[in-house]
Amino acid sequence: MRLLEFTTSGIYCALGDFYIDPWKPVARALITHAHSDHARWGMQHYVAHRLSVPVMKQRIGSGISVQAVEYYETLQINGVTVSFHPAGHIPGSSQIRVEYKGEVWVASGDYKLGADGISTPFEPVRCHTFISESTFGLPVYHWKPQHEIISEINEWWQQCAAAGKTALIYGYALGKAQRIMQAVDESIGPMYVHGAVHAMNEALREGGLPLRTPSQLNASISKADLRGALVIAPPAAGNEAWLNRLQPCSTAGASGWMGLRGARRRMAYDRGFVLSDHADWKQLNTAVEACHCERVIVTHGYTSVFARWLQGKGLQAEEARTEYAGELHETVETQTVTTDTDKP
Amino acid sequence: MKQFAALIEALDRTNKTGEKTDALAEYFAKAAPADCLRAVALLSGRKPKSLVRSSMLRQWAAETAGVDQWLFEESYHVVGDMAETIALLIPHNTRGSHTGLEAFMQQLIALRNADDEEKKQFITQCWREFDYYEKFVFNKLITGGFRIGVAQQLVVRALARVLNMNEAAVSHRLMGNWQPEQTTFEALLLSDSQSDRLSQPYPFCLAHALDVPFDELGPPALWQAEWKWDGIRGQIVRRGNELFVWSRGEELVTDMFPEFKLLLDLLPDGTVADGEIIPWKDNRPLPFHVMQQRNGRKNITAKILKEAPIVFLAYDLLEHEGNDLRQLPLSQRRALLEKLTAAEGIERVFKLSPQLYFETWEEAAALRSNARQELSEGLMLKRHDSVYETGRKRGSWWKWKVDPFTVDAVLIYAQRGHGRRANLYTDYTFAVWDGETLVPFAKAYSGLTDEEIREVDAFVKRNTVDKFGPVRSVKAELVFELAFEGINPSPRHRSGVALRFPRISRWRKDKTAGDADTIATLRTLLKLYADKPVEE
Repeated sequence: MRLLEFTTSGIYCALGDFYIDPWKPVARALITHAHSDHARWGMQHYVAHRLSVPVMKQRIGSGISVQAVEYYETLQINGVTVSFHPAGHIPGSSQIRVEYKGEVWVASGDYKLGADGISTPFEPVRCHTFISESTFGLPVYHWKPQHEIISEINEWWQQCAAAGKTALIYGYALGKAQRIMQAVDESIGPMYVHGAVHAMNEALREGGLPLRTPSQLNASISKADLRGALVIAPPAAGNEAWLNRLQPCSTAGASGWMGLRGARRRMAYDRGFVLSDHADWKQLNTAVEACHCERVIVTHGYTSVFARWLQGKGLQAEEARTEYAGELHETVETQTVTTDTDKP
Repeated sequence: MKQFAALIEALDRTNKTGEKTDALAEYFAKAAPADCLRAVALLSGRKPKSLVRSSMLRQWAAETAGVDQWLFEESYHVVGDMAETIALLIPHNTRGSHTGLEAFMQQLIALRNADDEEKKQFITQCWREFDYYEKFVFNKLITGGFRIGVAQQLVVRALARVLNMNEAAVSHRLMGNWQPEQTTFEALLLSDSQSDRLSQPYPFCLAHALDVPFDELGPPALWQAEWKWDGIRGQIVRRGNELFVWSRGEELVTDMFPEFKLLLDLLPDGTVADGEIIPWKDNRPLPFHVMQQRNGRKNITAKILKEAPIVFLAYDLLEHEGNDLRQLPLSQRRALLEKLTAAEGIERVFKLSPQLYFETWEEAAALRSNARQELSEGLMLKRHDSVYETGRKRGSWWKWKVDPFTVDAVLIYAQRGHGRRANLYTDYTFAVWDGETLVPFAKAYSGLTDEEIREVDAFVKRNTVDKFGPVRSVKAELVFELAFEGINPSPRHRSGVALRFPRISRWRKDKTAGDADTIATLRTLLKLYADKPVEE
């Protein structure tokens, strides 16, 4: 029996009797991070990093039973040693290290290696088996450092401001939005955030993350104030009527998918900024090397390609089927991905 | 190259036609005339042939990028565009190339006869030196697939602005079979000489689908109705003792239709007529697949001439005795056209598309409902006083097509799309029931909204039963209504039918796979509406 198994409910540790990021209701769930495809509704008890807790309460319900942990803190669960380590994906995101009698597995959830200014940077954890995502597991995905992308965003915002337009940028409400919010040049103009982003800001601040305090976009803000402003909204807000109030405006998307021309054209934004919270091809390979593992289990994304590539490098590599958004990521916040477990 | 690549990047960057036009105008204002000419040629579909075989290019690209061939192919499936895949995989350089577009094209043309080794040397060196967009544009030029999503109308608008001409004049000058190697920017757009314009057709006037109520059209007496024929829209140009036949795609198809040669003697000099090229026998059209036998053929045998005789059903007269008639009202143009079609012996190949008589809109609707029996696609409505516009305009011309056939079908295979649909499962194969099994009978790529495409894409990824290369078979669950324009027997397909223009008309979320139509439905339609097969 393996230390961690992929069952129909999630990643399961039989020895410790707990799950990691399960997608069906279970008794005890360890959560890598608070995105909705990893932290789902319906678990009797959750264990998560301190910064994930207020976000989960906000998203899943204030009444959930959840234990907050810090990075590197060790837990003993039925004789299995468990600890959380920085994954660099979003604030609070963790790789979960599981050890039993000297054998170490790491479930990394989602991760990236580049510094984003808000998340504790990824730290490789030495292990025998590494469970890795592969959302951008193809060599066509290559990220530039954040400061280069942020200057592109600043430049675009500046152009919008000069033309008397609103600069409307779409990014996931949890992670991407804060990353942009913290890094852009505030001297260019005022900044507003969509209600969904505002809610995440509040939750993250409650967990102790210092963040800037842009106002929430609402009907009392005059059209004149919106000229030259930067508005940060989740992609799902794209169809809402309030967008009309922002005219004239220039739209932009910030996502790893913007690296492909097809996706840029499909999303039909005026600008596409290649800014991702996932590892690109190079980072995936670096992460696998840095943990000195013998085996990699590839979850969501271009699983078969990345597994085959790793096998070619002499590693044991296999694919596992999960319910994480992975391939669906482009759409995960623009539509509700329904599975049986999503419905209360 | 840098300048042209920057233009492509600017065009790529925005969705606003105003900004695209600005970018084009800026290029035309700044670039050398030879580069402008080449840019206009490239943007109007006059693309160079591919320089090397695609298999070679893939091999060299994988080698230069340092990835295995299989990984290159996987990347290509996801990116959905060869030029972009190569540009993404090979590390970017910022040096770039300052060679002008035309000079660079000349290098490529000179390389055409070189051996593979020499080509490889040149191409891989460009890859290593170019920045991302230069690489992308360069790859588009050498793969023969140069197609950038910019409407011809924007090129026209930008040129008109820079050259201070009116758009219709620019549009007319860009028509026809000019080649950048045989003209100059000056001669193409500015010179007064008409001698090189002998073959030039006029920009086609196109109609929108009727989407306004009848009371907005006004009294029926203001309108003429004719059948919307299902052939190839074309223009016949007879000038300076030569005859040219153009298709709507601005392709010169004179050689494909030797029947029209006799018009050289029967039409007066300085005549341009707009009409439909269509196979015709016993006073009615032959089915469209008869036309398909002629498509792309240069060698027209006596057998083909007999089985698929072609006529030109004239709709309109654009030039008469060398005078441009386009600003005259349709009624006057039509009167002149009628005189031409009355010439002795001309009716064998050149006929007037008949006007249909109606007094009320109800009568027009009744005519339309009869269109299929006439092997027509519906009605064309044109105001008697309409001028011949350039391009697609609303108001005085409308097409009013018959409703398509529909069947409910089950999605069984999906494949990733290309271009803006890359990396999404957008190319679908549909099936109907034959007893207990599902028989594939149609592929369709269009008709869903972006939102629905994402939903289907998510379904495909979660419900894959099997993978065959880029194709996935999926759980038989989703039902779609497919619309199509015609149905024909086809021994090549397992279902025994081939559909004309199949597309998705709506997603039947209210139906389960079991509710989909059966092969019997298709066979019934086949019996009722199939075009009669050609006698062998």
